[in-house]
Amino acid sequence: MIRVVLPAHLRTLARVGEEVELELEGPATLRSVLDALEGGYPVLRGTIRDHVTGQRRPFLRFFACEQDLTHDPPDDPLPGAVATGAEPFLVVGAMAGG
Amino acid sequence: MSGVRVLIGTRKGAFVLTSDGKRDRWNVSGPHFAGWEIYHLKGSPAEPNRMYASQSSGWFGQMIQCSSDGGKTWEPVGNEFAYDGVPGTHQWYDGTQHPWQFARVWHLEPSLTDPDTVYAGVEDAALFRTIDAGRTWQELSGLRRHASGPSWQPGAGGMCLHTVLLDPSNPDRIFIAISAAGAFRSDDAGTTWRPINRGLKSEGIPNPSAEVGHCVHRIAMHPSRPGVLFMQKHWDVMRSDDAGESWQEVSGNLPSDFGFPIDVHAHEPETIYVVPIKSDSEHFPPDGKLRVYRSRTGGNEWEALTKGLPQSDCYVNVLRDAMAIDSLDSCGVYFGTTGGQVYASRDAGDSWAPIVRDLPSVLSVEVQTLP
Repeated sequence: MIRVVLPAHLRTLARVGEEVELELEGPATLRSVLDALEGGYPVLRGTIRDHVTGQRRPFLRFFACEQDLTHDPPDDPLPGAVATGAEPFLVVGAMAGG
Repeated sequence: MSGVRVLIGTRKGAFVLTSDGKRDRWNVSGPHFAGWEIYHLKGSPAEPNRMYASQSSGWFGQMIQCSSDGGKTWEPVGNEFAYDGVPGTHQWYDGTQHPWQFARVWHLEPSLTDPDTVYAGVEDAALFRTIDAGRTWQELSGLRRHASGPSWQPGAGGMCLHTVLLDPSNPDRIFIAISAAGAFRSDDAGTTWRPINRGLKSEGIPNPSAEVGHCVHRIAMHPSRPGVLFMQKHWDVMRSDDAGESWQEVSGNLPSDFGFPIDVHAHEPETIYVVPIKSDSEHFPPDGKLRVYRSRTGGNEWEALTKGLPQSDCYVNVLRDAMAIDSLDSCGVYFGTTGGQVYASRDAGDSWAPIVRDLPSVLSVEVQTLP
């Protein structure tokens, strides 16, 4: 079980609380977590990754276990504590704007 | 008794104002989609409780919301705006070619007859259409693929398709406008397009009379005379009496012919409204006086409408989609400012009062006249 923490606007869109719990069939990677998140909550498609390019939106970051995983290869394994659900995977909106 | 519903898009959410036909007391609902930019929301002429909203964010991209109960509740629908095929390039600010990239939906224009069909004008400039109430969107790519496409370039606000006019007498005819490419017309329901910019003169481009490259800010028509178009250009107020085949300047005695919105009286097709702005580098009213100008002669002869509007120290702007007119008698005129005020006139512009005054910066105003 993977725990995902979303920024406030995406919680509102997906109509969820602070944390979302996901079940993955394969290894926990950036790509597999985001695929499962979008599969479970189709309204989030296009809000984290661009529909056409599949690339992360520029003002979003991915953190876990006090590490910035944003630029890690999308198919690298996430930290073990994320894979076991001990620590959450955080989708974070960059501090910018007004 | 009939009533009106005013739909307001702002930098930080949407607001819906309602009143009965007297239009003297207003109920304010919102913010809807708090914190998101709402470039535009509009109701279906065929089914007024069906409404669509463009919701966007620099962080999270584009959403489209749909309401079937007059804006009380909303459901997100499709948000995938994929250009048809390989999108190619257009001219960038520095003169280089730049890939077409979707940024946001500027304007939503519901079909006149089918509540499930909506046109979306987007940045980078293209026209999309849904026929399933927003679940899926398809590009009408004949516009972007026009031979002049690679020469289109963005205005300061981005290369946006901001105006979509549907001809009520001819379902195959659509007018659109792009900053800064100009106006285009389709006579085959959006399959093919041609520029309709003859007569426009823009000093900021190498050939002032070029076929494309004009920064058209807004076009308006009266539904009873769809061949007569009125245009607020970057500079110049223009009119066409032949569906855009040719344009004549009608700026006349305006204190400035720079501005953004333009609209037409509900019952007098030769009565039009603009809000003069000082210049392209000073986006506020001349002399700090917020004045709507009305022409009852289809242009050239203009009168200032000031009663109830601030006549000193006013330095707001009124954006291109932020004016609307209801169809009561006499018609109501509404406009919103970048300072968050929405002003309304119940007497076709003779007098004005704010109906809400401390919203986030207003991006768009639409009004529905309800039975």
